[in-house]
Amino acid sequence: MLQLSFSRFKLSAAIVLGASLAFTSCGGNSQEGGSDMSGSIAIDGSSTVYPVTEAVAEEYRAEAPDVKVTVGVSGTGGGMKKFTRGEIDIVNASRSMNASEAQTASENGISYVQLSVAYDGLTVVVHPSNDWVKDITVAELKKMWEPEAQGTITHWNQIRPEWPDQEIHLYGAGVESGTYDYFTEAIVGKSHSSRGDFTASEDDNVLVQGVSTDPLALGFFGYAYYEENKNKLKAIPVDNGTGPVLPSLETVKDGSYAPLSRALFLYISSKAVAKPEVVDFINFYLDNAGDLSEEVGYIRMPDNIYNEQKQKFEQFATGAATANQQ
Amino acid sequence: MTNSEKNRLKDKAFQVFGIFCTFIGLVVLAIFLIDIIIEGVGRIDWDFLTSLPSRRAGRAGILTAWAGTIWILVLSALIAFPLGIAAGIYLEEYAKKTKLSNFLEINIANLAGVPSIIYGLLGLELFVRMMNLGGILLAGALTLSLLILPIVIVTTREAIKAVPRTIRDGSFALGASKWQTVWNQVLPASIGGILTGVILALSRAVGEAAPLIVIGALAYVPFVPSSPMDEFTVLPIQIFNWTSRPQAAFLTNAAAAIIILLLITFLLNGIAVYLRHRQQKKIKW
Repeated sequence: MLQLSFSRFKLSAAIVLGASLAFTSCGGNSQEGGSDMSGSIAIDGSSTVYPVTEAVAEEYRAEAPDVKVTVGVSGTGGGMKKFTRGEIDIVNASRSMNASEAQTASENGISYVQLSVAYDGLTVVVHPSNDWVKDITVAELKKMWEPEAQGTITHWNQIRPEWPDQEIHLYGAGVESGTYDYFTEAIVGKSHSSRGDFTASEDDNVLVQGVSTDPLALGFFGYAYYEENKNKLKAIPVDNGTGPVLPSLETVKDGSYAPLSRALFLYISSKAVAKPEVVDFINFYLDNAGDLSEEVGYIRMPDNIYNEQKQKFEQFATGAATANQQ
Repeated sequence: MTNSEKNRLKDKAFQVFGIFCTFIGLVVLAIFLIDIIIEGVGRIDWDFLTSLPSRRAGRAGILTAWAGTIWILVLSALIAFPLGIAAGIYLEEYAKKTKLSNFLEINIANLAGVPSIIYGLLGLELFVRMMNLGGILLAGALTLSLLILPIVIVTTREAIKAVPRTIRDGSFALGASKWQTVWNQVLPASIGGILTGVILALSRAVGEAAPLIVIGALAYVPFVPSSPMDEFTVLPIQIFNWTSRPQAAFLTNAAAAIIILLLITFLLNGIAVYLRHRQQKKIKW
């Protein structure tokens, strides 16, 4: 039986192989135009940025069916490791490249450009039955999340005296994620540094589940997860000194929801832009990132920012081209 | 109460406890299955099985994921099957009881308990980086082969051990060499048991996501792999990816994909049961 299904499988594999050979041989290697592009583009990195890149890759297939775009989800850190070793063309990143990653890249002779493609607003949430938290300041968030809070800041009234003398239960992004790095950088002031005694998960749905079933909870995660679960969560306006602001499409886009608005990034290596399909793909990405990021739950950047990114990329691509020629 | 009454009571109590324990597992499994089926079964249709991944939950399909899973299954079987059986035959039929063979045995038993992520890291260094294969099907299959090899070896040995001594003695008495005995008598008699073990090991491998993510398996692959040197994704990675999305419709997709993955596992287990049953009927010593 095993034998039988295997031989049948071999047959279908042969058909697929033949078909794909026929397809690839049609693709030219021409420089201009979108439709006759061929080749492959390897992307890996953040699972936060993944939905945007997946959407762009899906649309790009209609544009250039012979370009094989693949996207992995090994996390911003994992993706950066591959990127700085020259194993992939593009990395999805939910934070900026850090110093040690930049050093590895330069050791391996890899220069790169960073482009912003969409915004996300990290949303601070509590259980809907929580009637005492009306807003929260950045200093108060720092007080409850900084490393010194571990074991000492355990009750709501330690953060603001009028809040109840009840335990506080914290939920946050897993320490391997770019989201965690961004949040700690923005709130604690130092990336990758916070108390350790909170419920951590790389999966934001787990955090949604946790906060929505725990009346004493406070947590943070991406805006899309709040938007999809509005009925079982309560978002808290964050006050950075200019008054409390709730995250929304407008406040994230215009930058007034600070410091928890963040950009999602792509990094492209100079080696990758030598491939015409990569240049074509990135231009397509920047043209469509606004609509597509909104569609998958993120927030579009203002048009002029997308134009800036396009210019930045074009400069990098021409610079890389002249460097490659020398 | 007399002593014998007491003993009978204990007997009864243990029986009830045993039934309770059996049912815990079954009830949890049943709740899980019912929940998944209610959530996902309506989503499964031909389009779901033949579509590429998409940002729109309603249009997304699992074509490349299940094709990758089948590729991985077949390749892992092709690699682990001969290696595992050869090792099992050696240890059971040829190896003398020396310190070395003892050491090998203990290590193989230990390897069966190593967490799968460790195999992923090993595969990343060995196959992806040192052999420079990259995150392709072959590297994934080699990694999963390592993962299931200890189980294949152990079950092969158990199956061979179950062949009675008298069969071997009869073969030797007719002048057969050791290899002839193994090939003509021992293997045919134990192949059902061996295959059962291999298939059960494969159905463990089919659910693995972590080691494959580590070696660089992808999430978005818009083409069906056409050779072992292609990049790939598998069902568990697609499921994992969908469960972490904010939109509830992706959770429905994940449930539907879980049903397909379960069907593959049940199919494999069914084949294993069938093979064992057929062999039990065939052998009449």
